[in-house]
Amino acid sequence: MDITFLADTLVELLKGAPLTLELAATSVGLGFVLALALGLTLQSAPAALRWSIRGYVTMFRGTPLLVQIFLIYYGLGQFRPTLETLGLWGFFRQPYWCAILALTLNTAAYGAEIIRGGLQSVPYGQIEAARACGMPPWTAYRLVVLPIALRQALPSYGNEIILMIKGTSLTSIVTLLEITGVAQQIISQTYRAVEVFACAGAIYLSMNYLVAQSLAALEHWLSPHLRTPNIEDAVAIEGGLH
Amino acid sequence: MASATFDLIGFGPEGWGPALLRAAAMTFVLSVAGFLSGAALGAIAAFARLSGDRFARVAAFAYSVLFRGVPDLLTIYLLYFGGSVALTMIGHWLGARGFVGLPLFATGMAALGVISGAYQAEVYRGAFLAIHRGEIEAARAFGMSGLTMLRKLVVPQVLRYAIPGLGNVWQLVLKDSALVSVIGLVELMRQAQVGAGSTREPFVFFCAAGALYLVIAAATGALFRTVERRSRRGFRMV
Repeated sequence: MDITFLADTLVELLKGAPLTLELAATSVGLGFVLALALGLTLQSAPAALRWSIRGYVTMFRGTPLLVQIFLIYYGLGQFRPTLETLGLWGFFRQPYWCAILALTLNTAAYGAEIIRGGLQSVPYGQIEAARACGMPPWTAYRLVVLPIALRQALPSYGNEIILMIKGTSLTSIVTLLEITGVAQQIISQTYRAVEVFACAGAIYLSMNYLVAQSLAALEHWLSPHLRTPNIEDAVAIEGGLH
Repeated sequence: MASATFDLIGFGPEGWGPALLRAAAMTFVLSVAGFLSGAALGAIAAFARLSGDRFARVAAFAYSVLFRGVPDLLTIYLLYFGGSVALTMIGHWLGARGFVGLPLFATGMAALGVISGAYQAEVYRGAFLAIHRGEIEAARAFGMSGLTMLRKLVVPQVLRYAIPGLGNVWQLVLKDSALVSVIGLVELMRQAQVGAGSTREPFVFFCAAGALYLVIAAATGALFRTVERRSRRGFRMV
C-alpha cells in the first residue's frame, strides 16, 4: 500500500471534481425545468403533443446513455455542413455541450415520468377543495397541486440525481476531463489502474453520500405532517396557546 | 440517401445487418447472464441483511451502498483492470510473460452481476419485508421446518412482490451492458462503433443500435408485465 501515491492521486482526481459537479448540476437543473414542462404538458395537451412526448420519453429511457452521447457527439458530426449553415456547429463541435445536451435530454425523460407520477398522486379532493375555496386554476396549481406533487416526487427524483452524478462518468469517453477522465489520464502515465480507479470511486461515493444525506434532510424538512409529534414541541405549542 | 442507408444496415452483401443482429443477441445473452448472477448475489446479500449476524448485516449493507454509489463504468474498469493485474501476477508466477487479459464475457457478466446484485438485494429485502408476519407465525405454528417454509412460503411470495422492482433492475442491466463495450467485448454498442468507424456513418449505426436496444427493452418489458399480471391472478386488485 503506497499512501503517498494514493494521496497524490486523490489530490489530482479532485481537480476533476468541479467539472463533474458542473455537468451534473447543469443537466439536472435544465433537465428539471424541461421535465416539469413535459410533466405538466402531459396532464392537459392535445393528443398529438402527448404522444410525441411519450415517444421522446420511451426513446430516452429505453436506450443506454452511452448511445445517446455517441449519437449526439459523433452521429450529428456527420451533418457538419448542415449544422454549419444553421450556425449550430460551434455548439455540436464541443464535447462539453454535446455531453450537457445528452445528459439533460436523458434526465428530463426520466424526470418527466417521475413528475407525472407525482402529479397523479395528488388526491382529487385537494383540487376540489381548492376550487371550492374559489382559487383560480393556476393559483390552485401553484399553491396546492405542485407542492404536493413535488414533495411526493422527491425520493424518486433524488435517485435520479444520483444516477446523473454517476452518469457524468460516461462523458470521459468523449474526452472530457472530469473525475473519470482525469483518472484515465493518470493511469496512462502510471499504469496503476486499480489504485487510481479505487480513489475515483471513493470520491464519487462520498459525493453521492452527501447528496443523498442532503436530500433526506430536505425530505424530512418538507414532511412535518408525517413525523411522529415530538412531546417537547407539543408542550411548547400548548404553552403558547394558553 | 435512404436506400444507401438501408443497404448499409441491411442484409445485402455490403450490409451490416447480420453483424448488428448477432451483436444484439450478444447484448441480450450478456444482460441475462449478468442479471442472473446478480440475482444470486442479491439474494445472498438480502439474506445477510436480514440475518441476525451483525457482521453479515454490515457487510451486505456496505456492498449495496458501495455499488449503487460508484459509477457503473468505474466498477467495470476496476473489475477488468484489477482482475487482469491479479491474473498477470499469477501468470508471472507460473512463468508466463506480458499482460494477461481477463476473458471479456466473464468479466462483463461479473461486472453486471456485482452491480445489479446491489440493486436486487434491495428489491428482495423490500419484498421479504412485505410478507405478512402472521403467515410466518402460522407456518411456525404448523411445525414447518425452516427450509420448507422458505420453499413454500417465502420464495414464492418474495418473487411475486419483487417482480416490478426486478423489471426495473433488468432494464438497468440491459442499458448498463452497453458500458461493457469499453473493455472490448463485441456487443451491440461495440459493433455499432466498429461499423461507424469503418463506414464513417456514425449517425446511422448509433441510431440502429439505439433502435435494437429499444426493441429488446420493449419486448422484455412486455414479458415482465405479463409475468406480473399472471403472478397476481387470484389476488384482489385495489
